[in-house]
Amino acid sequence: MTTTVYVPCDTTAHSLGADKVASLLERAARERSLDVTIKRNGSRGLFWLEPLVEVDTPEGRVAYGPVDPSEVASLVEAGLFDGAQTHERALGLTEEIEYLKKQQRLTFSRIGITDPLSIEDYETYRGFNGLKSAIARDSQSIVDEVKTSGLRGRGGAAFPTGIKWQTVHDEAPGQKYIVCNADEGDSGTFADRLVMECDPYLLIEGMTIAGLAVGADQGYIYLRSEYPIAHRILNEAIVRATDAGYLGMNILDSGRNFHLEVRLGAGAYICGEETSLLESLEGRRGLVRAKPPLPAIEGLFGRPTVVNNVLSLAAIPYILDHGGQAYADYGMGRSRGTIAMQLAGNVKRGGLVELAFGTTLSDLMNDFGGGTLSGRPLKAVQVGGPLGAYLPESQWNNPIDYEGFAAFGGVVGHGGVVMFDDSVDMGDQARFAMEFCTVESCGKCTPCRIGAVRGVEVIDRIRAGENAEKNLTLLGELCETMVDGSLCAMGGMTPFPVQSVMTHFPEDLTPQYAKEAGGTPC
Amino acid sequence: MSNASAPATGAWTPALIQEVIDAHKALPGAMLPILHAIQDRFGYIPDAAIPLISETLSCTRADIHGIITFYHHFRTQPVGRNVIHVCRAEACQAVGSRQLEAHIKKTLNVDYHQTTLDHEFTLEPVYCLGNCACGPSIRVNDDIHGRVTPTRFEELADELTTAVVEVK
Repeated sequence: MTTTVYVPCDTTAHSLGADKVASLLERAARERSLDVTIKRNGSRGLFWLEPLVEVDTPEGRVAYGPVDPSEVASLVEAGLFDGAQTHERALGLTEEIEYLKKQQRLTFSRIGITDPLSIEDYETYRGFNGLKSAIARDSQSIVDEVKTSGLRGRGGAAFPTGIKWQTVHDEAPGQKYIVCNADEGDSGTFADRLVMECDPYLLIEGMTIAGLAVGADQGYIYLRSEYPIAHRILNEAIVRATDAGYLGMNILDSGRNFHLEVRLGAGAYICGEETSLLESLEGRRGLVRAKPPLPAIEGLFGRPTVVNNVLSLAAIPYILDHGGQAYADYGMGRSRGTIAMQLAGNVKRGGLVELAFGTTLSDLMNDFGGGTLSGRPLKAVQVGGPLGAYLPESQWNNPIDYEGFAAFGGVVGHGGVVMFDDSVDMGDQARFAMEFCTVESCGKCTPCRIGAVRGVEVIDRIRAGENAEKNLTLLGELCETMVDGSLCAMGGMTPFPVQSVMTHFPEDLTPQYAKEAGGTPC
Repeated sequence: MSNASAPATGAWTPALIQEVIDAHKALPGAMLPILHAIQDRFGYIPDAAIPLISETLSCTRADIHGIITFYHHFRTQPVGRNVIHVCRAEACQAVGSRQLEAHIKKTLNVDYHQTTLDHEFTLEPVYCLGNCACGPSIRVNDDIHGRVTPTRFEELADELTTAVVEVK
């Protein structure tokens, strides 16, 4: 009987030597003349265990991890191919790993289980059920189902997806587009990448359903160029889905068409902003557009366009398969469904945690994350990417939902949670927030383009002890100007991390501190 | 999955560039696909490409210059045999990327956007590689490496330079 051994193929597993592990396992099996198939699955998102090797046994898959290539020989010796559980890397049944078992995986139900490019695997786990359900309905009923789900934009803005779709649906028939924002630029986030690398048909299915719902026959995935593996996998998945009749002309003999193409970004964070993204897709500099007109009315090439994040589109197949109400049954308040939180930075057990809205940061960082990797006390956590505030301990017990976070100035954003231990200098972090904006501002609005440069200078002066008090006041005013005077979130939110440092970690921005740290006193 | 494929450094001629442009010019919003294709093929975007794109897409040279310089990914000079991107974003900072960054600059004796004298390495900053649970991360050509310590970086650099010698 053939034994199947799984070695993940996503970027993180790859970055930690999974390819080498796979080839060493293959060689070991050959040397022992064992009937072993090495299958490259997606990652389960338990990144602290990568490379996570799994072996099929009659009881289910058993796991080993993290497997360094140097440990393959001893694992094989200890009976890995038989699923033996004596080696110190043995983790028992994968499904019983607490971190995974405690999650509520609706969107990520399939990742790590399947071969990302196998349509057969995808179908085995309810793949394309949502599309089949959508094809059997009229377009308004698809939009209604999404409205019922309460799904809100997972890219960060949290705009109700159903309302956006309704707007595009209601525009006069003609060329319309579905654009997937896969420019996942926020530090601390990798959930989009996981969808694209580990379950690409999920995104393809979600976009196709969106096309059916609003009457669009062309979709673009705007993918950041920093994701070469996702690029290869998506392109291959599009070819295979088209060959299998799930994409392209006459989808599943419905008479409906939907074409899909991946377009690469070119290393510009601002292109994650939807209007900048559209400019880029049209072949120009990614300068932010003023709204209105909304992209839903005048979007790509001036036509009505749905612009949704990867995770919003990836939630759609579940909603069409199980019904919008089944999705809305999860969550709290006006934040319905699940959110994919991503534990990153200085964290012991980093990875993807999909849970219904309502869990607290503290639970996430401690119960799931296990505290810091360094073992030192946690000092600050940045949620929601480089434009999100740094949250001090007093804010870690707030439940995660859009309104709750907004109430205290927090940002859920795309769900990135970047943890820092007590060795972090928050003055450095405040300075970096401004520096990042100098590099990534599109340059359209003065407060953002010039303000960020002045922000770096003012922070340097404060830290050097140069007129510190006056300069702190100036920094506060500069932040207000940027928040009030910028067209988009880049300039409008860059001050959030800076202001949070000023409020919650002022000791890291005082000249006294700067003097101790070796800065120049006045 | 992928090989540490070094950037393409094919010699360009106007005719070859035109060939690449023609292969993509019919796409809606063809500009970025064309620029990517030229850089993928020749390793960078030669100045000579600008008038050719201008002619084909009916846009000004100034527009094209503006687009190329807007995007960090595009480059107008040849690069070293290996391009190293070091992640400078917050998640990597939380696990020591600032120290790693300093170490890499010192080891290679170059700053960002520079190439080593032996044309072995070009160093570039990047803001997030999406490997944020296992930083610090760097990208060497198309391969991403996680949990990179200064020692690990030196091993990697050694492997890369050794590999090039073997090819010769």
